[in-house]
Amino acid sequence: MTTVTTGTRAVKGSVGTAHTRVEGRDKVTGAARYAGEIPFAELAHGWLVLSTVARGRVRSVDTAPVLGMPGVLSVLHHENAPRVETDYPGLLGSAPDPTVAVFQHDRVPHMGWPVALVVAETSEQAREAAEALVVHYEEEPHDVDFYAGHPDAYAAEGHMPGVTAKGDLEPELAASAVVVDERYTTPEEHHNSMEPHAATARWDGGRLEVVDSNQGTTWVAGELANLFSLDPASVWVRSEHVGGGFGSKGVRPHQVAAVMAATALQRPVRVVMTRRQMFSLAGYRSPTTQQVRLGADADGRLRALDHSSLSLTSTVHEFVEPSAGVARVMYDADAHHTANRIVRLDVPTPTWMRGPGEAPGSFAIESAFDELAEKCALDPIELRVRNEPALGPVSGLPFSGRNLIACFRKGAGRFGWADRDPRPGLRRDGRWLLGTGTAAASFPAGAAPSTAAITAEADGTFTVGINAADIGTGARTALTLIAADALEVAPDHIRVRLGDSDLGPAMIAGGSMGTRSWAWAVTAAAGDLRERLALGDGIPPEGITARSNTTEAIGALAPKERHSFGAQFAEVAVDVTTGEVRVRRMLGVFAAGRIVNPLTARNQLVGGMTWGISMALHEEAVRDRATGGHYGADLAGYHVAAHADVPHIEADWVDDPDPDDPVGIKGIGEVGIVGAAAAIANAVWHATGVRHRNLPIRPDRVLMAGENA
Amino acid sequence: MKEFGYQRVFDVSGAVALLDADPDARFLGGGTNLVDLMKTGVERPARLVDVRELPLDTVELMRDGGLRIGATVTNSDLAAHPEVRRRYPALAQAVLAGASGQLRNMATVGGNLLQRTRCGYFADVTKPCNKRVPGSGCPAIKGEHHNHAILGASDHCVATHPSDMGVALTAFDAVVSYETADGPGEVPLSWLYLPVGDTPHRETDLPQGALITHVTLPPAPVAANSRYRKVRERASYAFAIGSIAAALDVQDGVVRDVRLAFGAVASRPWRARAAERVLAGAPADAEAFAAAADAELTAARPLPHNGYKVTLMRNLVVAELTRLAEEATR
Repeated sequence: MTTVTTGTRAVKGSVGTAHTRVEGRDKVTGAARYAGEIPFAELAHGWLVLSTVARGRVRSVDTAPVLGMPGVLSVLHHENAPRVETDYPGLLGSAPDPTVAVFQHDRVPHMGWPVALVVAETSEQAREAAEALVVHYEEEPHDVDFYAGHPDAYAAEGHMPGVTAKGDLEPELAASAVVVDERYTTPEEHHNSMEPHAATARWDGGRLEVVDSNQGTTWVAGELANLFSLDPASVWVRSEHVGGGFGSKGVRPHQVAAVMAATALQRPVRVVMTRRQMFSLAGYRSPTTQQVRLGADADGRLRALDHSSLSLTSTVHEFVEPSAGVARVMYDADAHHTANRIVRLDVPTPTWMRGPGEAPGSFAIESAFDELAEKCALDPIELRVRNEPALGPVSGLPFSGRNLIACFRKGAGRFGWADRDPRPGLRRDGRWLLGTGTAAASFPAGAAPSTAAITAEADGTFTVGINAADIGTGARTALTLIAADALEVAPDHIRVRLGDSDLGPAMIAGGSMGTRSWAWAVTAAAGDLRERLALGDGIPPEGITARSNTTEAIGALAPKERHSFGAQFAEVAVDVTTGEVRVRRMLGVFAAGRIVNPLTARNQLVGGMTWGISMALHEEAVRDRATGGHYGADLAGYHVAAHADVPHIEADWVDDPDPDDPVGIKGIGEVGIVGAAAAIANAVWHATGVRHRNLPIRPDRVLMAGENA
Repeated sequence: MKEFGYQRVFDVSGAVALLDADPDARFLGGGTNLVDLMKTGVERPARLVDVRELPLDTVELMRDGGLRIGATVTNSDLAAHPEVRRRYPALAQAVLAGASGQLRNMATVGGNLLQRTRCGYFADVTKPCNKRVPGSGCPAIKGEHHNHAILGASDHCVATHPSDMGVALTAFDAVVSYETADGPGEVPLSWLYLPVGDTPHRETDLPQGALITHVTLPPAPVAANSRYRKVRERASYAFAIGSIAAALDVQDGVVRDVRLAFGAVASRPWRARAAERVLAGAPADAEAFAAAADAELTAARPLPHNGYKVTLMRNLVVAELTRLAEEATR
């Protein structure tokens, strides 16, 4: 027996101190293995075959020629694949997207729908056979046309009410001294995580084992158990290292197809998506068209706010990109109306993508606020100060903390905002016109029930088991620091295990809620463990383990408006003779709760702001009307910012601990992208005098706007 | 991916003999385009003949002051070559404006000229494309075409040639030398690419199985005062939406010699000869430059969503010639 007391080496202060990633060395040396490269004996490879029509039925699949090709083991399709169950509650309680129930029927609801899986001894053989597989379709006319005022649009709830309304809009607009009434659009956008989706499934002694790349093994294991009618305890999903997710890495067709093939062949099967397949199988952010009407008194005080957003979804599943939701948090008005509408088209089902709702919604509302500031001859920051609500504009609830104006004040000082001449089109540096812009940011901050276990080991170290997902965010490192402080030891005494469904249920890496949810469970388990260690009975060889479950504590939280906030600043240069826009510098100041690890937090926030540059200037998936599929569905055709597009970006924060959280955390995963595109668009206006209300702000649009001005 | 044979060759005659014997074989240079197209199924060669080890990897200064560039010289080496930088700065700038450092280390001069269009319909085997499957149609004309051709296109194809290097080479009257099993030949770069017409799948005038061995630049004193300017939809690592190679010699305020070529506007690097004719002997001022651009661009036939290229190219001509005129008189 070893005797250890935590008091002898009491250490605090790990939280809030910069710490490099604990798995950083493994990642940069290649020792960290990702889902698609973990070796398995007897591994077979599956290759998905996607539909080449946008609507219709599969008439037949010519499997015979392909089954004779070298190495081919099997072709799964709707006539021979195992049946799965889809009548169960999904992640948020609603029915799951039937897209994951592959090969269950002959209907094709969009281009790129999975119609078969070819399994072979090697990945190359599977691919060659998959590309050779002839599938006959009964093609039907498709409709992928998305536009404002679509007659089939309807208001829909996603993770929030579809419509909110208080007060009468028209009288308030009529009484307003100043009115802004504009339409803003954002294009279809894709997550494009660096690591493509990959899963390997095998049966081992009656247990289904899946090695995957996902944002939550609890989520994926639960859905697979439901789909295949398995005892949840007999499904084991692991996801140790994940090269980005951004909302796209939940349950997807590749895992389900891999399980089907592993079941049919009784050997391990791996299915990996290609980049091109990701464009139709991994989810995406719907395009939006948003109408914003603002009415204000001459002093800028809002009388009317009307934000109406239209997004699209597939014909098989209802998903809402709730872009109008951001107005329910940010600004109040006597008449305040918001609506999220959707239209169903012959396209893949969209999904959550970094900053769902807030990212496109903030582009519209924060651009409109800049236009209102211009019309009121008010500084854009002062306009926001004058419209800062005391309570949730729709809910009437108090904010758990709302340090938005503190962010603007700190950011304005650091950015040099006070010296800004508000007039557009005045500053020049050679061929470049220069301008600056700002916008507000917010994203919900929440916590979801999670379990954790911490073992005090006989050697004086601690093993933390928490089914978190580190999708590149630094979660493993953040939880190491949190456990170290909670146990009052140095971080090198902590070993964090995550990404393993056998660790027990926990929140996914999503909704900016991961770190807070997991930290809560770890803190609770650590408190319990310290009490037991304080009894001083020594540690047996197997260690002492304490477990936590935060369901009750989180359920007891009082209803409040809980959000992270931020202020975005951007300076751009625009050459109106070529249409080129270059961001010269950006600053984001955030009120996002207690910052656990400044190093990885800054990385997250700067990453979000960088994505904001892409959103403002580059990202756009083009849907080809004739075929219903994409044009240029690869990283040559779908542009994200290159290094040369990313200037000096700074992210900082104000002191903003959440009073209702044991560690004071809110969440930083998504707020960094929110408002960034609007700040850039507002800066483009300041540079040129031309408003750009359609993203991305491409050179051709800038050039022709200049021509027509 | 279809299985394929691979063979490395060390002499030119061996290389052309292999392709002469096998119509399904392709030469492999840096592989920066061909390998991508093989992965997506656009190209399905039975055999790759790797020409990287051929003794064609030098840039020679000719006695007349021109340059003879071997076909396997990498983009990186070409851009860094002191005589290229001194005598044809627009060529070095054009090469450095393309791709990324890693790609430029692999890509070769011969391969650059024979790379395929980046039209998204051409690259996607699930879609029609007259260039890939003759007679299947051109969906770009009624579909996505905001970065397609405004000059020299046809009802059958509106794809552009993606090369930056080729635009500068075209401006400087490059001549392409090649070898075939039946002997050598040469063709001016301006004539290498065939008119689109109703045969967009036939891209070059090279005989079947020909191997580009050299690109020769004749001496051109005007090229010492030259620039390449590329406009693209992000700051780096993107194909042009419009580019220009320009060289200008001015004496006493009058244009003595001028070279102009456009990129990303046609199925080939576009030599702006109409503009050059207008400028010969004209005053070197913005008005003349604009008139020259207009003379070239009257032939433009923009589609509904790429008309901006007419404005863009006009602006680029004026901006770059103005800058060169300033530099010439400095």
